[in-house]
Amino acid sequence: MQKKDLGLAVLIIVVGAIVYLRNPLFLSPINLGNTANLIGLFGLFAIGQGFVIMTGGIDLSVGSVIALLGVLFVDMVGKLGVPWPVAVAVIIALGALMGLAHGLLITRFKMQPFVVTLCGLLIYRGVARGYTAEATAGFPFGASFPQLEWLTIGRSFGMPHSFIAMVLVAVVMWLVLHRSVFGRHLYAVGKNEEAARFSGIKTGFVITSAYVICSVLAAIAAIYFAMFTKSVQPSSHGNFYELYAIAAAVLGGFSLRGGEGSIVGVVLGAVLLQELQNLVNLLGIPSSLNFAVMGTVILLGVLADQQFAAYRARKRAAQALERLQFEEGHAHERA
Amino acid sequence: MSADLQLDLRLEAITKIYPGVIALENVSLHIRAGEVIGLIGENGAGKSTLMKVLGGVITPTAGTISIDGEEYDSLTVAQSQAAGIAFVHQELNVFDNLDVAANIFLGREKTRGRFRLIDIGAMHTAVQPLLDRVGARFKPSTPVATLSLAEQQLLEIAKALSVEARLVIMDEPTSSLTISETNTLLKVIADLKAQGIAVVFISHRLGEVEACADRVVVLRDGRIAGHLPRENTTHDAMIRLMIGRDLKALYTPPAAAPGEPLLAIRNVRTSAKPASAASFDVHTGEILGVAGLIGAGRTELAQAIFGVGGKLGGEVSIGGKPLDAQSPAEAIAAGLYLVPEDRKRSGLILDLAILDNVTMANLPAFAEWGMVSRARQIVVAEDQRRKLSIRTPDVRRAALEMSGGNQQKVVLAKWLSMAPKVIIFDEPTRGIDVGAKAEIYKLMRALADRGVGVMMISSDMEEVIGVSDRIVVMKDGRVTGELQRRDFSEHNVLMLAVGRVLEEA
Repeated sequence: MQKKDLGLAVLIIVVGAIVYLRNPLFLSPINLGNTANLIGLFGLFAIGQGFVIMTGGIDLSVGSVIALLGVLFVDMVGKLGVPWPVAVAVIIALGALMGLAHGLLITRFKMQPFVVTLCGLLIYRGVARGYTAEATAGFPFGASFPQLEWLTIGRSFGMPHSFIAMVLVAVVMWLVLHRSVFGRHLYAVGKNEEAARFSGIKTGFVITSAYVICSVLAAIAAIYFAMFTKSVQPSSHGNFYELYAIAAAVLGGFSLRGGEGSIVGVVLGAVLLQELQNLVNLLGIPSSLNFAVMGTVILLGVLADQQFAAYRARKRAAQALERLQFEEGHAHERA
Repeated sequence: MSADLQLDLRLEAITKIYPGVIALENVSLHIRAGEVIGLIGENGAGKSTLMKVLGGVITPTAGTISIDGEEYDSLTVAQSQAAGIAFVHQELNVFDNLDVAANIFLGREKTRGRFRLIDIGAMHTAVQPLLDRVGARFKPSTPVATLSLAEQQLLEIAKALSVEARLVIMDEPTSSLTISETNTLLKVIADLKAQGIAVVFISHRLGEVEACADRVVVLRDGRIAGHLPRENTTHDAMIRLMIGRDLKALYTPPAAAPGEPLLAIRNVRTSAKPASAASFDVHTGEILGVAGLIGAGRTELAQAIFGVGGKLGGEVSIGGKPLDAQSPAEAIAAGLYLVPEDRKRSGLILDLAILDNVTMANLPAFAEWGMVSRARQIVVAEDQRRKLSIRTPDVRRAALEMSGGNQQKVVLAKWLSMAPKVIIFDEPTRGIDVGAKAEIYKLMRALADRGVGVMMISSDMEEVIGVSDRIVVMKDGRVTGELQRRDFSEHNVLMLAVGRVLEEA
C-alpha cells in the first residue's frame, strides 16, 4: 500500500467515525450492506476508468454505456427470452467492442480521448433512448431468474454480491496493473509514450486495451445496475456516472496526465465517495447538496495532496544543498 | 543614443541544485553596460540555467543577485523585466498565430478608450522604429507564421529593445541561421553595444564568439572554468577551458580489423528529405561516425530505420536479412537498437525506477505466467549497474534523480542487457559531463570489439573525429562523402557537411 492510499484510508475512517458519532445508524448492518452494495456497483466501473486515466486518457462514455447496455440486457432477458448467460456474454462482448472502437479511434486515427468518448456519451445515450422510444425497460411482472439474481443482488453473510464481485475484479486488476508485464507497459506508456515506443512497447495496443478493459467493466457494472434497479429509464439511468468514476480515480491518487495511480487507490476513492453520499443522507443534509459535498471533499483532498508533495520536494532540495555545503566544507579543510 | 545607459549587474555565488544534479555551483558574474560577454561551455555546463536565474524563471538554491546595488535572493520574471533584462531564446518563443506587432507587445498591449480595446495603429507605429533598428525588412503587420527563423530571431531582438532592455541575453541565437543571416545578427549585436546595451552571447560557434565578445566566460560542469579577455579569446584557449584539458586523442583503435557489412542501408528516403536517399554500410566491429550539420536528416534516417516512422522507401538489411521495421518493436526483434537523441523524451521514463527502465524493452523475459518478477529485474539491473558503473545508491530509485551521464548509461543498460547486433547512437554524449563521456566512448568501443555494429550520429566535431573508425558525412538526407581515419580533420568533415567536394591531397 502506498502512502497516498494510506492517507485516503485514514480519511475514510475519520469521516466514518464522525458520521457514526453523529448518527450511530451508520454502522447498522442494513446501512453497511446498502453502502457496500453501492461501493461494489460504482467501484466496478471506477476501476476501469482508472486504467484509461493511467494512459493519460479519459472515458466520458461510461454512464451512457451503462444505460445502453442496461436497456439491452433487460430487453434480452426480460422480453426476448434470451437465456441470461448468453445475454451476459453478449453484453460483455458489446462492451469490449465499444472499448475497441474508442481505443482504435484514439490510437489509429489520433483523435483526442475527450472527443471520442464525449461522442460516445451522446451516441450511446441517444441510441438507448431511441431503442426504447423513451420508455422504461423493465422485466415482465413475476419474472424471476434465481441464479442471475443470486449472482447480482444476492448476499452471503450479509455481504452483497455486487461488493464481492467488485473485490474479485479489484484483485484480478491489481495483479494486472501492479504485477503483469502489461501493467508495467501501461505505467510506461502513461508516463512517457514516446520513450515507451522507443523501447519497443506496442503503445497502440496498450492504450486500446485500457479502453477495452474500461468498457468491459462498465458492461459488467451495467448488468449489476440493471439487476439492482430492475428497470432502466434510458434518459436518466447512469447519468454522470463517468464523473463518479473519474472522481474516484482522482481521489485515489491517479493523475489525469497519466502514469500514476493504483487499484487500491481507486477502490478507496469509490469507498469515500459512497461514504460521503451516505453522510449526506444520515446527517440530514439536504440531498440537493450531495454534489457540493463531494466536490468540496475532492477539491480539498487533491489540494492537500499537492501541497504536501510540493513541501516534500522543497525539503529534498534543501537537504541536497546542505550535503553540498558539507562536502565543500570538508574539501576546504583538506585543502 | 543613450550612451549614459547604466548597468551594474552582479551574480554572486549562485548555486542551483536539482534532485541528483548540481546545475550551478558558486557561479559569480559581473555585467556592465555596453559590453558583450561570450558565455560558452559544453552542453549541460549550466549556461542556460544561469541565464534562467537572471530571467527570474529559476530560483537559485543559494547566492545573491545584485542589480545597481540592490540585492535579491532570487528574481521574479517581473523584477527581471523591470531591471531591463531581455531574452532571445534558443527555442523561439514566438506566437505564430499573431502578427509581429502583437508579438512584440504581448502582455503589454497598447489600448485605447474606456473599454481598453487594442490600439492596433499605435502598436504598429511604435514597432516600426524597432524593426528599423534591427534592420528587419518585414512589417509590423506581417503574420509571424510567414517569417523565416532568422526573421523571428530579429523579431525577438526587436521585442527586447521594446522593453528598453539594458541587457539582452542571446541563447544560441545563430544555431538555425545561415552565414549571411548570422553576419546580420553580429552587426545588430555591435549596434546594441554602441547603444550602451550589454549583451550576453551564448553560443557553441566559437568563431562567432571570437568575433563579437569583449570577454568570454567559460562554464564547465556548473562552475566557472575561467575568464578570457578579448586578446586571449582564441579557439584553442576556449576549447581548453570548456573541456578542461587539451585536445588530445580520444581514439582507441579496434581490437581487430572491422569485418563484414552488418547493417546495410540502401537508398533510404525519409519524409524529412523526401527528394534524396542515403546509402551506406555499418560493418561488424567498427564505430561508424555519421557527421553533418544540424538538419542534415541523420536523426530522421536513424528513426526511419528503427521503425519510428517517416520511411518512404529504400531497403535496410541486418546481416543479410531484410528489415522493414514498421515499429521499434520489429527493429528491436531484429537486434537493431537505438539510443535516441533526446534522452529525456524518448530514451527513458524519468519517473520510473532505474530497474524498470533497464528492463523496459525486454519485460516478458522477466515474467512468469505474465507476472513480472521484481527479484529478477533487480538482478539484471544490479548487473548492469556494476558493468557500466552507473552511480546510484539504489536501482529502485527513479531515473529522474541521476545526472545526464548516468541516465544515458541507463539507456545503454537497457540495450546491453539484451542481444544487440547493431546499435545506433544519436548524439550519445549531449549534455553529459566529460568524465561520463569518456566512459560512454569506452563502452561503445567494447561493444564494437564484441562484434556489434556501432553507428554514431554526432554533431560534436571532436567526438566524431576522436571516436569513429570511419566517418560518413550527410547533407540534406544524402551521403556527401566518406572519410577514412587518415583523412579525418575538422576541415574535411565540414567541407563535406556543407556539400563541397574535397580536393585530393
